[in-house]
Amino acid sequence: MIPARFDYHRPGDIAAALAILGEHGDEARVIAGGHSLIPMMKLRMTDLAHLVDLQDIAELRDIAVEGGTVRLGAMVTQHDLIASAELAQAAPLVREAALQIADPQVRYCGTVGGNVANGDPGNDMPGLMQCLGATFHLVGPGGERTVAARDYYEAAYMTAREDDEILTAITFAVPSGGYAYEKQKRKIGDYATAACAALVTMEGGRCTQASIAMTNLSDVPVWSEAAVQALVGTGCEADAIGAAVEAARADIDPTEDNRGPVDFKRHVAGVMIRRAIERAVSRA
Amino acid sequence: MKDLPDSQERTVALKGLGTSRKRVEDARFTQGKGNYVDDIKLPGMLFGDFVRSPHAHARVKAIHTEAAMKVPGVLAVITARDLEPLGLHWMPTLAGDKQMVLADGKVLFQGQEVAFVVATDRYAAADGIEAVEVEYEDLPVVTDPFKALEPDAPVLREDLAGKTEGAHGPRRHHNHIFTWEQGDREATEQVIAEADVVAEEMIYYHRTHPCPLEPCGCVAQMDKVNGKLTIWGTFQAPHAIRTVVSLISGIEEHNIRIVSPDIGGGFGNKVGAYPGYICSAVASIVTGKPVKWVEDRMDNLMTTAFARDYWMKGRIAATKEGKITGLWCHVTADHGGFDACADPTKFPAGFFNICTGSYDIPTAFLSVDGVYTNKAPGGVAYRCSFRVTEAAYFIERMIEILAIELGMDAAELRRINFIKAEQFPYHSALGWEYDSGDYHTAWDKALAAVDYAGLRREQAERVDAFRRGETRKLLGIGLTHFTEIVGAGPVKNCDILGLGMFDSCEIRIHPTGSAIARLGTISQGQGHATTFAQILASEIGLPADSITVEEGDTDTAPYGLGTYGSRSTPVAGAATAMAGRKIRAKAQMIAAYLLEVHDDDLEWDVDRFAVKGDPERFKTMKEIAFAAYNQAIPGLEPGLEAVSYYDPPNMTYPFGAYVCVMEIDVDTGQTEIRQFYALDDCGTRINPMIIEGQVHGGLTEALAIAMGQEIAYDEMGNVKTGTLMDFFVPTAVETPHYTTDHTVTPSPHHPIGAKGVGESPNVGGVPAFSNAVHDAFRAFGLRQSHMPHDHWRVWKIASGLGLHG
Amino acid sequence: MGKQHYQITVNGEARDVLAEPRELLIHTLREQLSITGPHIGCETSHCGACTVDIDGRSVKSCTVFIAQAAGREITTVEGLGTPDAMHPLQEAFREHHGLQCGYCTPGMITRAYRLLQENPSPTEEEVRFGIAGNLCRCTGYQNIVKAILAAAAEMNAAKEAAE
Repeated sequence: MIPARFDYHRPGDIAAALAILGEHGDEARVIAGGHSLIPMMKLRMTDLAHLVDLQDIAELRDIAVEGGTVRLGAMVTQHDLIASAELAQAAPLVREAALQIADPQVRYCGTVGGNVANGDPGNDMPGLMQCLGATFHLVGPGGERTVAARDYYEAAYMTAREDDEILTAITFAVPSGGYAYEKQKRKIGDYATAACAALVTMEGGRCTQASIAMTNLSDVPVWSEAAVQALVGTGCEADAIGAAVEAARADIDPTEDNRGPVDFKRHVAGVMIRRAIERAVSRA
Repeated sequence: MKDLPDSQERTVALKGLGTSRKRVEDARFTQGKGNYVDDIKLPGMLFGDFVRSPHAHARVKAIHTEAAMKVPGVLAVITARDLEPLGLHWMPTLAGDKQMVLADGKVLFQGQEVAFVVATDRYAAADGIEAVEVEYEDLPVVTDPFKALEPDAPVLREDLAGKTEGAHGPRRHHNHIFTWEQGDREATEQVIAEADVVAEEMIYYHRTHPCPLEPCGCVAQMDKVNGKLTIWGTFQAPHAIRTVVSLISGIEEHNIRIVSPDIGGGFGNKVGAYPGYICSAVASIVTGKPVKWVEDRMDNLMTTAFARDYWMKGRIAATKEGKITGLWCHVTADHGGFDACADPTKFPAGFFNICTGSYDIPTAFLSVDGVYTNKAPGGVAYRCSFRVTEAAYFIERMIEILAIELGMDAAELRRINFIKAEQFPYHSALGWEYDSGDYHTAWDKALAAVDYAGLRREQAERVDAFRRGETRKLLGIGLTHFTEIVGAGPVKNCDILGLGMFDSCEIRIHPTGSAIARLGTISQGQGHATTFAQILASEIGLPADSITVEEGDTDTAPYGLGTYGSRSTPVAGAATAMAGRKIRAKAQMIAAYLLEVHDDDLEWDVDRFAVKGDPERFKTMKEIAFAAYNQAIPGLEPGLEAVSYYDPPNMTYPFGAYVCVMEIDVDTGQTEIRQFYALDDCGTRINPMIIEGQVHGGLTEALAIAMGQEIAYDEMGNVKTGTLMDFFVPTAVETPHYTTDHTVTPSPHHPIGAKGVGESPNVGGVPAFSNAVHDAFRAFGLRQSHMPHDHWRVWKIASGLGLHG
Repeated sequence: MGKQHYQITVNGEARDVLAEPRELLIHTLREQLSITGPHIGCETSHCGACTVDIDGRSVKSCTVFIAQAAGREITTVEGLGTPDAMHPLQEAFREHHGLQCGYCTPGMITRAYRLLQENPSPTEEEVRFGIAGNLCRCTGYQNIVKAILAAAAEMNAAKEAAE
């Protein structure tokens, strides 16, 4: 498994990176941790002439929690997410999910930006960011624009990002309430058979806010507004949770693969959604 | 009695039989100083790699190599047309069939070797491969062996057109390879017709792959000055490879040197001969430079030898009290595009006729049909003796199904049918002579160790709780009592391509009392350098630490058939002991001369010969060794060396009792091993630490196979599980903690009573894991569900039984 | 882009290599620098046989281009100990039979080294989780886990004695 030749660039800042992208158009690709892209290149399933490595751009590496907002630079690794005490305090859901991604070595390299940017339906961070209501910051030749995580994904590997744009950061409001990330996989290192992120806020025994998003159950991550509606206003009793599970399940569209056929995945999705909501409620 | 502590101390110092001696191999491996094939770097070495077929069945219309030849660094693109004048475009398989080295007009499986690109390095080779253009014309694909035998099935092997006779007898269809029958058909059918109870089931043991962590590869170097071809490679049987290379190339055997350096796991995958070896050798002969070929993981999983793929239809008959009266089995064996099984010649289905297992079954009949399909060739013994894991899985499933049919406890059903200790040596209805065993003792020990009755009570309570809606988890108790048949084997009935399956050991004692032993086997992680020295230490009284064990170089090692099928200890281990005894016999004569007594007046005492009744008068082996070289002894040649070629009188029959306790989540299909107890009886135990390590590893490979690992094809013959993302190899997280235990029933015919152990845990482990899954659902009516028991298939069982409400 | 000069530090030694940017770090180490401890097992970042330490992180060197690794400090199993003074992990793997064929061992030990740097007193569960990026086909992991726990105890005792 040997990749084809390419030209390598290691710009020192975003402007330089954008200039390279501008020059080479769709012949160039940004590389972060590389653990999705490099295997594809080794299998010669992706062909590109220019690789733009972001590792020297220091500003992409910060985790900041300020004024009720979390900001994750695109080059923050899964390992950084797990190791950050500040983040564990502000958004423990992120740590819980990151621990379920890949394996230790891959988590040292794999970045949050890389995980959300390319639109791989198997990745965990896109669903997680939809659950958190995160905002993606894209910088292009015309400056920075933002896209809501819930609007970013169009189809498998198709996103709102233009070829000449770089996803530089993710921001989201510090979540409140209970949280859970439930993922079924065949083994460590596998993508999800089905996974669900849940956030539930309870006040005086009533659910005041909720957010439910799912991974690898469609060609894009799925945030279920109907599931939220089924929970908000209820006491999250069994009936309400059951309704939320059914609502969320109605929003998914899994496909058959080596993990199993569609009916199995739909069933397991229901189990993961239920467990995520129940655990989030128990922590709320 | 004053000698006793001294003798004990001397015994301990030898680190001989029964000691958990630390491994001598480890220092180099832990420091990154192993020497595996891909570590070999020779001056001017080139790299070769394959253009492979994306199609499972297609005609090769044309191969365009011009563009590839223009890629910088590419030196040659070899196709079947280039090999044809040398007669090397096809090669013989170990099973008496032949196999294309490079596609000769058509391809028969996805990933098949089509052209060999030789370049300055692996990057240039990869670029060259991309530039080779092959024109294919699709042909209809058959991946189902039953469909392959239909009258109008596509003809796969056009080279065999009109041949009604194969290597193993008549062929009755163009995709049929052989039929192999054992036992008494008529008597068995009669017993079944008259039986109180008959259980019938189709048991499928899916296709999987040994997947050693190091893939296959070689470096071939043709030294044109001296006319000598050297091949370093991942060979589990280096001498057999040398003979095969000689036979097909015409190069005399003394001009071929085969070297197996360190091997990163084999598990059967590295027994066979692969096109990469042939093409590397040819490329080296053509270019005059050393050529390396190392496959990648996808090549390994898709093209080098697979394992299993047996469809086993069974009928088992019993009295209503549960005494088994007969067993009938028919196997449809999917061999892929070429029959490249690595079985002894007279056994085209290996030792599958051990399928009567641990049970006294008076009447049995077995027939096996080998079939060609559009899948990769192979059929090797993946950490088991030849087809023994299939046999063990078959009988251990049939026993469970019979227990269901009888409404009996499966542990009790086994107990009343075990061959009794006093029946050994036991002649099985399918032709084996079991050398020794004590199954009842092992079984009782195992059941007591896990509190079997308590587990059954807990299981019954769990079922009740499940029915009341209080839990969604079920408890499975997986039982297995397996009997292996290893140590192939007696030359009178065991050979591969005519090469008798003896093995060998050659010992040289150095004058100062250390030694080197060379064997015809080759370690792939089993720790031969450690354990064979231990055997020898106990035999010749020199410390194991003073004995070097060397294997794998055909220029120096005595001829042997290599390491697979747990044969090293039963065969080469016996040769080692026998060679040691020859050394000792000569040593006794020398000692007698030195002590001026008659030979018979001496007795062996750990590391010395002492005068009977006068233990203060003795000569140590160290002293004897020096004298052997440096003192003129009338009537004796100088030196102290011996060689033994050991032809075993029988196989050995290790056995074991395993219990697996498994929690099953009915809603997700996820499983968790709560407890695994493994009792192994491998006869005399050479190194308990290494035995335990072998059991842990074999059980983990069994876990993988039973719970998810498979080579799966779609209908177009595309491999669906070609990387380690989809081909299940468990990590430390999925792997449970194991409890090991043992009984010791020495082999009566083996010089030290050892039987071999490396493969037992795989043979016994697979049915133990699978039976646990089945057992969890027994209360809800499950009889049989095929492996692998991955999440969705377990979920499907629950779904099919209506457990999802 | 043709071959370029890249500077890396390997086991404390500054090295200059001439390579195409696409060259994978595992090949640079093994082919150019003859550091053959790290092995190639799967090539898709699943097996961990190629694990090296880069700037204090365990990395699968089959999934890193030499161009990406330029300027970094790399430690392989060869850099952990010497024949006369082996690393406690190397000793413990032998003592507890934590290896058989040896192919996964360099990657496994290199990974365990980093795990113990980050978590000097792990539980068995933490060890299993921490080495889940390294596959072994021979041992069933049980003795690997035992060896790592023993090495951790040994290293902690040595540290305490030194203090």
